[in-house]
Amino acid sequence: MKKTRQPVKQRPLPGNESTLRLLWQDPMGRAGMIGIGLIIIMAVFAPWIARYDVAQMHARNRLQGPSAQFWFGTDNFGRDVFSRIVYGARVSLVVGIVAVGIAAGFGYLLGMIAGFFEGKTETVIMMVMDIIFAFPSILLALFIVAALGTSIVNTMIAIGIVNIPVFCRTVRASVKTVKSTDYIANARSIGLKRMSILFRHVTPNVMAPFTVQATLALSGAILTEASMSFLGLGIQPPNPSWGSMLSDARKYMEQAPWLVIFPALFIIITILSFNILGDALRDVLDPKLKL
Amino acid sequence: MSEPTRDKLLDVQHLQVYFPIKKGLMKRVVGHVHAVEDVSFSVHPREVFALVGESGCGKSTTGTAILRLIEPTGGKVFFEGRELNSLSEEEMRLKRRDMQFIFQNPYSSLNPRMNVWKLLSEPLRVHFNLSEAELRERVEEMLRLIGMTPDQLERYPHQFSGGQKQRISIARALITHPSFVVADEPVSALDVSIQAQILNLMMELQQEMELAMIFISHDLNVVRHISSSVGVMYLGSIMELGETEEVYRHPAHPYTQALLSAVPSHDPLHKSKHIVLEGDVPNPASPPSGCPFHTRCSRCTAECREQKPALTETAPGHFTACHHAGAPKA
Amino acid sequence: MKDLLEIRNLKITTLRGKETVRLLDYVDLNIPKKCSFGIVGESGCGKSITANAVLGLLPYPLRVSEGSIRYDSRDGEKELLRLNKKEMQAVRGGEISMIFQEPMTSLDPIFTVEKQMAEAVSFHHPNAGRGEIRERSLEMLKKVNIPRPEQTLASYPHQLSGGQLQRIMIAIALINNPRLLLADEPTTALDVTIQAQILKLMNDLKEQNDTSIVMITHDLGVIAETCEEVAVFYAGQIVEQANVVELFSHTAHPYTQGLLRAVTSLGGATRKLYTIPGIVPPGGQWLSGCRFADRCSRCTERCRQEMPALKEVSPRHLCRCFQNSGEVDA
Repeated sequence: MKKTRQPVKQRPLPGNESTLRLLWQDPMGRAGMIGIGLIIIMAVFAPWIARYDVAQMHARNRLQGPSAQFWFGTDNFGRDVFSRIVYGARVSLVVGIVAVGIAAGFGYLLGMIAGFFEGKTETVIMMVMDIIFAFPSILLALFIVAALGTSIVNTMIAIGIVNIPVFCRTVRASVKTVKSTDYIANARSIGLKRMSILFRHVTPNVMAPFTVQATLALSGAILTEASMSFLGLGIQPPNPSWGSMLSDARKYMEQAPWLVIFPALFIIITILSFNILGDALRDVLDPKLKL
Repeated sequence: MSEPTRDKLLDVQHLQVYFPIKKGLMKRVVGHVHAVEDVSFSVHPREVFALVGESGCGKSTTGTAILRLIEPTGGKVFFEGRELNSLSEEEMRLKRRDMQFIFQNPYSSLNPRMNVWKLLSEPLRVHFNLSEAELRERVEEMLRLIGMTPDQLERYPHQFSGGQKQRISIARALITHPSFVVADEPVSALDVSIQAQILNLMMELQQEMELAMIFISHDLNVVRHISSSVGVMYLGSIMELGETEEVYRHPAHPYTQALLSAVPSHDPLHKSKHIVLEGDVPNPASPPSGCPFHTRCSRCTAECREQKPALTETAPGHFTACHHAGAPKA
Repeated sequence: MKDLLEIRNLKITTLRGKETVRLLDYVDLNIPKKCSFGIVGESGCGKSITANAVLGLLPYPLRVSEGSIRYDSRDGEKELLRLNKKEMQAVRGGEISMIFQEPMTSLDPIFTVEKQMAEAVSFHHPNAGRGEIRERSLEMLKKVNIPRPEQTLASYPHQLSGGQLQRIMIAIALINNPRLLLADEPTTALDVTIQAQILKLMNDLKEQNDTSIVMITHDLGVIAETCEEVAVFYAGQIVEQANVVELFSHTAHPYTQGLLRAVTSLGGATRKLYTIPGIVPPGGQWLSGCRFADRCSRCTERCRQEMPALKEVSPRHLCRCFQNSGEVDA
């Protein structure tokens, strides 16, 4: 196909490159991307960034404040807080991504089926979702981990299951909205097959809210992991996770506030980055903004 | 009803569309909206047939039900002698190559994430097996017909004005060279100075492509200009049917008379004498007994309240559904 | 001050990103007392925002950047643009009322009609008793020909039809005897038979009260039926202004001529409709010379270079065109 270039300013629609570029141009999107980029770098290059082994105890340097030797201080076992936070980023990200992957995958499939086929299928799927949704999410996650046993994999599965309904509902609602638009009626009147309508017209228009939801859910999942670890049912020692670090620090809060401040700070930075990135994505993925 | 004859391209017989009203947790059906009550008419090849009426009269529902974009609850629709409602979903899908639909609102009927090239090549990909070069040729030919240029192929709908968008959606409907098209209020979302452009385009294309068309509109001036036959609808039924000029010059139904007189004239010195109807259109979920128009009609008698008048020939080729059809008494 | 409302050099701008975009450019308008004044134009010409600016109802980021709006109120002359919030509220609904295009969304769905009417009265007459307010509401509903006023007072908006709701909007707008009624496309969302009812009602009310009406519409038919004086807007400016009979019989501006020919050629002898080429320019995207130049058949080099002024072509007939010695080409 011969392509003619246009002098008119125009950008291609959401391919990955253009979306990333547009996000970078948005100040909020850029802030979110920088924050998340830092956490990812920390997680990927943890062995090179960390200054000590996470389990190494410096018996003589217990509960030391931040210093040149121990940037974020040490905990009650004399372990380096900075190194543990760096490795903790791995746990948080892996748990977040895998859990959201589970939730998004199942949620998308179920939401699509419910929204597109409607009728009894929809009623049954949404009933199950409502039941899951009715439980406080952290309670349900704890219950699942208690049943499956505490391990990092089970934590991810638990957080994943808890988040399925949110995705299922988002996708179903968007499918139904898209389905009732004139352009879907138009696609039918042209003579498109049901499956072509689903893949060519419905899916691309559902992807935008879905992507935004996934970004926001990542922060939720990381927070849930932190809460579960805080309660002792998440990541088990000696693996560091920001939540379990907070939990361990409880007793020393007054003596050694840095034990609380630094893990909390990183949780906040991560959650905030994902949330503002999600909001920026919502704007960027609107085709009408691309003039 | 008579057998469908060969010279009719489309024959609609007793079309009926009811929408269930559902209530409560169990979605029990508590009643029906009588959107289309009993509609019969036929369209000849290369003819423009207009359905005119006010909002809620069922004209759009009739159009969408003929193309089975919604399933009718009763009646038969013959297209080229074949009964459409007996076709399987797949057979109907293939039939859509020859019968297309033009939507009212070009702002919402084009997928915002598809550019012009994708929008126009999609119908061809669905119904024909063409090479990329052939596709390109057909799309560019269609672009010429609607007065656009190939350098606009990569643009997206929101980069066009309303009139241009409607050109694109007309092109999308006509690119498979259908023999029949339903146009649902195709100009009512557009500015006055743009409406005439689109109407001219539609009339040109209709001539050039030898199209038969059902033109659905509430605008009586537009209908008079574009159609050769007209059906006037009220509350799901056709009240008057015939050649457009005949119906406009000698309206026999009191509703048609009121409707035509309500159109504002464009001459401040000769303001039209309105027959102002009292009251509102009844709720189609509980339509009145007898003649659907009797609640607002000045000629209403006991007979009208009890018995629904049939569409009968009041002048050659001119049908009226009224017990007291005729010119208004002075 | 001899006129009711005097708009001078009104300029309205908005923000698009960081750019300031002009939407209305130095508009002068005089609304006499006891007059029905028509403003006609297509989307984006600035007709609605002019009315909104009068009542200080411009939504952010739109704002009046220059100009004055002087109003001859019951207690002396007022500069509406300098009023504070409280003073403006006293004018709004008391001295000047407005009705909008969409009666469905202009009323609050969670309150009854009675409550919404009472609110309008008690805001301007805090001492009015409940019985007095109810009586006044009933009287207003009867005035606008609502069939069962008591029952209607107790109804919620969703229980009423579009025509009834627009009557109620008019009743609320007129309940405090305003001296100026701004009607922004009051019949566009309504069917033609209901439109005829509402226009008749507005004409009757104007006769009975001392209210001036500004009718904002895109429909030249509505203008011809209801107005005495007309201003034609195009691209944020007035391009022509005259008495309605003069405007329709000695149309001077090519744009007005085009609009008229586009609507009157419907149903005319030739099948091809007269069209104004090109698109309606979106707000702010205007040419530097005459803003109609690129769509005008009589455009010259001078039209592209220089903006024509609004000049008198015959007594009390203003036109913004270099070639308007009165002749109209066939």
